[in-house]
Amino acid sequence: MVTNRRTATSCALSAPGLSVAGMEGRLTGWGRTAPTTARLCAPTTAAEAAAAVRAAGERGTLARGLGRSYGDAAQNAGGTVLDMTALARVLALDLERGLVTCEAGVSLDRLMRLLLPFGWFVPVTPGTRYVTVGGAVGADIHGKNHHVSGSFGHHVTRMRLLTAAGEEVELTPGEELFDATTGGMGLTGVILDVTIKLLPVATSLMSVDTERAADLDDLMRRLEATDHRYRYSVAWIDLVARGAATGRAVLTRGDHAAIEELTPRQRRDPLVFRPRSLPPAPRGIPGGLLRTATVGAFNELWYRRAPRDRRGQLQRIGAFFHPLDGVPEWNRVYGPGGFLQYQFVVPYGQEATLRSIVEQLSRHGCPSFLAVLKRFGEGGPGWLSFPMPGWTLALDLPASVPGLGPLLDRLDEQVLAAGGRVYLAKDSRMRPRTLAAMYPRLADFRALRARIDPHGVFTSDLARRLAL
Amino acid sequence: MMNALGDPQSLLVLGGSSEIGLATARRLVGSRVETVHLAGRPSPALDAAAAELHALGAQVHVHDFDASAVETHETVLGKIFAEGDVDVVLLAFGVLGDQEQGEREPLAAAAVARVNYLGAVTSGLLCAQALRRQGHGALVVLSSVAGERARRSNFIYGSTKAGLDAFAQGLGDSLHGSGARVMVVRPGFVRTRMTEGLPDAPLATTADSVAEAVVSGLRRGSETVWVPGALRFVMSGLRHLPRPVFRRLPL
Ligand SMILES: Cc1cc2nc3c(=O)[nH]c(=O)nc-3n(C[C@H](O)[C@H](O)[C@H](O)COP(=O)(O)OP(=O)(O)OC[C@H]3O[C@@H](n4cnc5c(N)ncnc54)[C@H](O)[C@@H]3O)c2cc1C
Ligand SMILES: NC(=O)c1ccc[n+]([C@@H]2O[C@H](COP(=O)([O-])OP(=O)(O)OC[C@H]3O[C@@H](n4cnc5c(N)ncnc54)[C@H](OP(=O)(O)O)[C@@H]3O)[C@@H](O)[C@H]2O)c1
Repeated sequence: MVTNRRTATSCALSAPGLSVAGMEGRLTGWGRTAPTTARLCAPTTAAEAAAAVRAAGERGTLARGLGRSYGDAAQNAGGTVLDMTALARVLALDLERGLVTCEAGVSLDRLMRLLLPFGWFVPVTPGTRYVTVGGAVGADIHGKNHHVSGSFGHHVTRMRLLTAAGEEVELTPGEELFDATTGGMGLTGVILDVTIKLLPVATSLMSVDTERAADLDDLMRRLEATDHRYRYSVAWIDLVARGAATGRAVLTRGDHAAIEELTPRQRRDPLVFRPRSLPPAPRGIPGGLLRTATVGAFNELWYRRAPRDRRGQLQRIGAFFHPLDGVPEWNRVYGPGGFLQYQFVVPYGQEATLRSIVEQLSRHGCPSFLAVLKRFGEGGPGWLSFPMPGWTLALDLPASVPGLGPLLDRLDEQVLAAGGRVYLAKDSRMRPRTLAAMYPRLADFRALRARIDPHGVFTSDLARRLAL
Repeated sequence: MMNALGDPQSLLVLGGSSEIGLATARRLVGSRVETVHLAGRPSPALDAAAAELHALGAQVHVHDFDASAVETHETVLGKIFAEGDVDVVLLAFGVLGDQEQGEREPLAAAAVARVNYLGAVTSGLLCAQALRRQGHGALVVLSSVAGERARRSNFIYGSTKAGLDAFAQGLGDSLHGSGARVMVVRPGFVRTRMTEGLPDAPLATTADSVAEAVVSGLRRGSETVWVPGALRFVMSGLRHLPRPVFRRLPL
């Protein structure tokens, strides 16, 4: 209809050797909200990826990993989306120095299975193993060890990026484009392969200390006092509890277990890693099943069952880091309306804001199972990278909660006023203005993109929504 | 882009001075809409709508658009979509016409059909193409209960809405899987300019109630919205009344 508009090219499917023909696909993020349609290509080689980028139509193209970002970060309405999970070879492994080079579509699950038997572990893992290395760099993800180890990008020693012109460039830390790409949400190009510095471990078990905190102040005191003693630290807060119990929590902190901590039987195979999986969550769950009352009962049970104080408990990696990975497709529990995750950070010194936000969420009666609270260490050089020194809180909320939009808008303002920010990999609803005020280097990011990608080859629904 | 809570950022109103259209735009500007395109025939009412939405903080663009000039639609709409993605299109133009005049002067009846039906066919198809190309977006069509079953007293208007309604449903099905969708809205009697001077019908409602229903329908991803909701059941009763009975109803 628009006169003389080029009709969108049919993916790079005319390009030889592309493994998946240009199927139209309806895509959402992990929260299953705001679906849009794009043409999908699954390049199996860098050359195929380059061909797909060069053939991008006027609605552009975007790399997608395992779609574990919650909102619209890995969608590109009307354009092309490159499913990177077929570009998944491990290219080099240096077991002496603990370096792995792999293509961007390799998942952290795969890396753990490959590396643990040799006594190496990924330097940063999020709450799920099912993310790709490309997605880990694209969102510059953080784990329970952020206060000690920083974000994922901190452990990347080099990467290869496919630019808008379809050319490959080699990037190392400190370069502008490297820093814009870590946390750049796929908008600077397609990450082809990455070299990651690994963490040596003696066993595949975790030695975990668990404590209960009666309320939010008690929790923050405990975290402040002793977090530095642990490599991994996180607290789960019950947001349904109100009154004096507001913010009651369970802290789980620990490190990789040393050989000496294992039983003689466990010592026979100290690096074994065989995560188990339950059947997928049932489909077709009606919305509204997750009411505040049900969730409250669950949270109560969970709090009571947690040990008041237990030291040195041995846990498997899956149980400690990725408890939800045991139930494939657990995101369907929220029903057809989908859900979102709200994650923000406020700097140290802004505890009053954190406290007030926890109270507002709990007063609103959000049926949120658990919120995760953690202390961040130093931020990294990524221009749009999320972590900064401070308290970060993350919680899942069904999209159908009445008044959710205005509530979260108010919280955004409070986070912003406290000098904090909201995480792009989780966002699905922020205002462009608020986002821009939270990320001071957004102007540089936009300028860089305008320079290296003047035709806007790389774009996403997130980028359109937030004017990145 | 539509966000996770179903709030759009950009809106195009075809029939930009429509009271229902303006009430809807007002609500949407109150949440996330920052860009509004008002397409309509130049008039003080159109300018006033633009001024009001601008004062509410929206960037407003006004475009000359005559629904009955079907051959111009491609150019007008092409220009609008070239300016950027449109998350929601509200097809709000329509004329009630004068039934008695239409029965006397068939060309007057044809003029009603030309706006309500023909104008919606061209502009609806063009918008659907554009939304399909975007891979996302909703086309909201203001149909009417009058189209559910044509009444003796109002069958010229009613039949144009029946045609529009059927067209919009089919168009919605054609968009299935494209990322774009159609939402059909069937208000009953709404107190606006269009119904000025007419006696209130049962279940009469306001432009703002229709707007509210549109916004919540967008949030829920509804395909059909009745305003007020009770009309859905009333109409499913009326639909199956035998003709001799229906004819004698004082509707
Ligand atoms: C249960 C759960 C727990 C989580 N816990 C955490 C956590 O603790 N900490 C944390 O930081 N995050 C966490 N996340 C979020 C998740 O780690 C990030 O969203 C991550 O980016 C997902 O990786 P992915 O491979 O699924 O990428 P996708 O979601 O597919 O993509 C994410 C972004 O990366 C870009 N991208 C992907 N591949 C490439 C590539 N090859 N080149 C360029 N750009 C690319 C995409 O364009 C997109 O912008 C969690 C998510 C879930 C579902
Ligand atoms: N009010 C009700 O009871 C009721 C009930 C059910 C459905 N509806 C439908 O809802 C829609 C909006 O109605 P409303 O109540 O908001 O009434 P309205 O304020 O009169 O709106 C009708 C709009 O249509 C526009 N229009 C008429 N002819 C046009 C043309 N040739 N080209 C472009 N625009 C034209 C009018 O613009 P001008 O200013 O240029 O005339 C006006 O903006 C209509 O489709 C109507 O049929 C209304």
